[in-house]
Amino acid sequence: MRYLICIKQTPDTAELPKVKPEEAASGRLSVQLVVNPWDEHALEGGIRMMEQFGGEAGAITVGGEDAIERLRSALAMGCKDATLIQDTTADAWGVAILLAAAVRKMGNITYVITGQMTVDGNSGTLPVALGRALGWPVLTGVARVVAADETRITVERIVGQARHTVTAPAPAVLAVVKEIGEPRYPTFINIRKAARMAIPVWTPADLGVQVPAAKVHMSHFRKPPAREAKVVLFNGTPDEAAQALIDTLLAEKVL
Amino acid sequence: MKTLVFIETDSGAVVGSSWEALGKALSLGGEVEALVIGHPVADVAAEAGARGAAKVYLIDDPTRALFDLDLYTADVKAVLAASQADVFLASHTGNGRDLAAAVGFDLGVGVIADCLELNVVDGRLVGTRPIYSGNILVDVQVDGQPQIATLRPRAASPAPVIGATAPVVTMAPAAATNRVVVTAVERAETGEISLTDASIIVSGGRGVAKDPDLGFKLIRELAQVLGAAVGASRAAVDAGFIPYKYQVGQTGKVVRPDLYIACGISGAVQHLAGMGSSKVIVAINKDAEAPIFSVANYGIVGDLFEIVPALTRAAKARLNR
Repeated sequence: MRYLICIKQTPDTAELPKVKPEEAASGRLSVQLVVNPWDEHALEGGIRMMEQFGGEAGAITVGGEDAIERLRSALAMGCKDATLIQDTTADAWGVAILLAAAVRKMGNITYVITGQMTVDGNSGTLPVALGRALGWPVLTGVARVVAADETRITVERIVGQARHTVTAPAPAVLAVVKEIGEPRYPTFINIRKAARMAIPVWTPADLGVQVPAAKVHMSHFRKPPAREAKVVLFNGTPDEAAQALIDTLLAEKVL
Repeated sequence: MKTLVFIETDSGAVVGSSWEALGKALSLGGEVEALVIGHPVADVAAEAGARGAAKVYLIDDPTRALFDLDLYTADVKAVLAASQADVFLASHTGNGRDLAAAVGFDLGVGVIADCLELNVVDGRLVGTRPIYSGNILVDVQVDGQPQIATLRPRAASPAPVIGATAPVVTMAPAAATNRVVVTAVERAETGEISLTDASIIVSGGRGVAKDPDLGFKLIRELAQVLGAAVGASRAAVDAGFIPYKYQVGQTGKVVRPDLYIACGISGAVQHLAGMGSSKVIVAINKDAEAPIFSVANYGIVGDLFEIVPALTRAAKARLNR
């Protein structure tokens, strides 16, 4: 079996508040970039599938040359190979089309694994778009892979407040959530291997694809209104403070 | 402008935030139609009319009792063709998000996902949505027809029941085969309030560490008195104090209740990404320097093991519960 884990380069969590509106508009960020936190869970999920059910897991990303560093992180975690699709122009549907073309070019992928969403774009729509582009079934909210082989997969999905056990025919796209597993730390040996490994770079032309014009147009990037900065503290014994707080919340009509 | 609103159901029961999408569509003006898919959902179709939809498309079939991406996408495409709606709107639940993405990708149109606000400017839809985990707001438009958008739960008021009636157009389920088979469904305990729909959330964090079971028991008791949902920080989930489905924050759920009570939560960036847009934030923390106090409206500096039971007592007394 072959697993392909799709990752994206996003700002480090602690740096997200520092992203400026003009940087978000241009896409040229000055903050520290890392593997999207949801995709770290996808990497862990894919590597665990490789260990549990056999086969090989590779990583792929769509981005500029700097994104190669993120692929090295994926290799250091245990992916066997990595591929960069070099493009910084595609919107979500364009990325889905590029990834689908890469999956077709590889030809032997059994399961594509993604994080459920990214911490920059936040829409969570890419996994479904990729599944539709491939014509494969899509399982989102995957919390646990129960069984998988060349023909069929069984997973537990989080659906609203419920948990569904579902099966689907291979090949399929899985979008995983954090419960799939905490990302492992890279080993020294893997870090060394990752530093040396050749990472193929494919252009859209290599994939025989023209990146479609963006269908989504964003404007008026701005910071959300700041919260009232001043906190009102209640003092006294626990009961005194609690009563004063409850009375205030009742007066604010939020209770 | 004509808007078709997807009314999500689950084994015959309506998913409440669908009425918020209907309410938002009605506030935009123009013609508003509803699409109810599920089984058995004739009463939900009637309710959509009672809440102001001018026409209701109904696909009621045993194969539709649970959401299935392949089947529902085929249904929506068929109804969009029949309705010729300019806009397709769904609530940004997991299923609503997936459905909007599949329909949009198949039709070659973009999706304005997870909107906090929707407006019509020069006859076209403009959605306002957070990106960078709530740190940037942006206005979004899409080309083409239909324009597809999803609305974040609790971003709009549900359409009220006005006692109207609307014609119901019963459609046959689209000819499609499902590939995904559901073999088991484990539901939340009855009475458990969904985090994304909750108007009040009481959340616990690392501060419960000295006795996590007692800490979350106290938090649950307060939540019960307030009619609130229970949440947790990533630190509490990672430490194994409470399951992942309760996690609020960047790799968990994004919530926007009227009242968020953070108990023993320091307020790390990744937690704020999940609850920063709550209307009123209350912080209870031993550490007066904790970052949560810089976003909180109200706070008590103290031990949650003393403060939370005191709040439960005070709330019981004041609310007569």
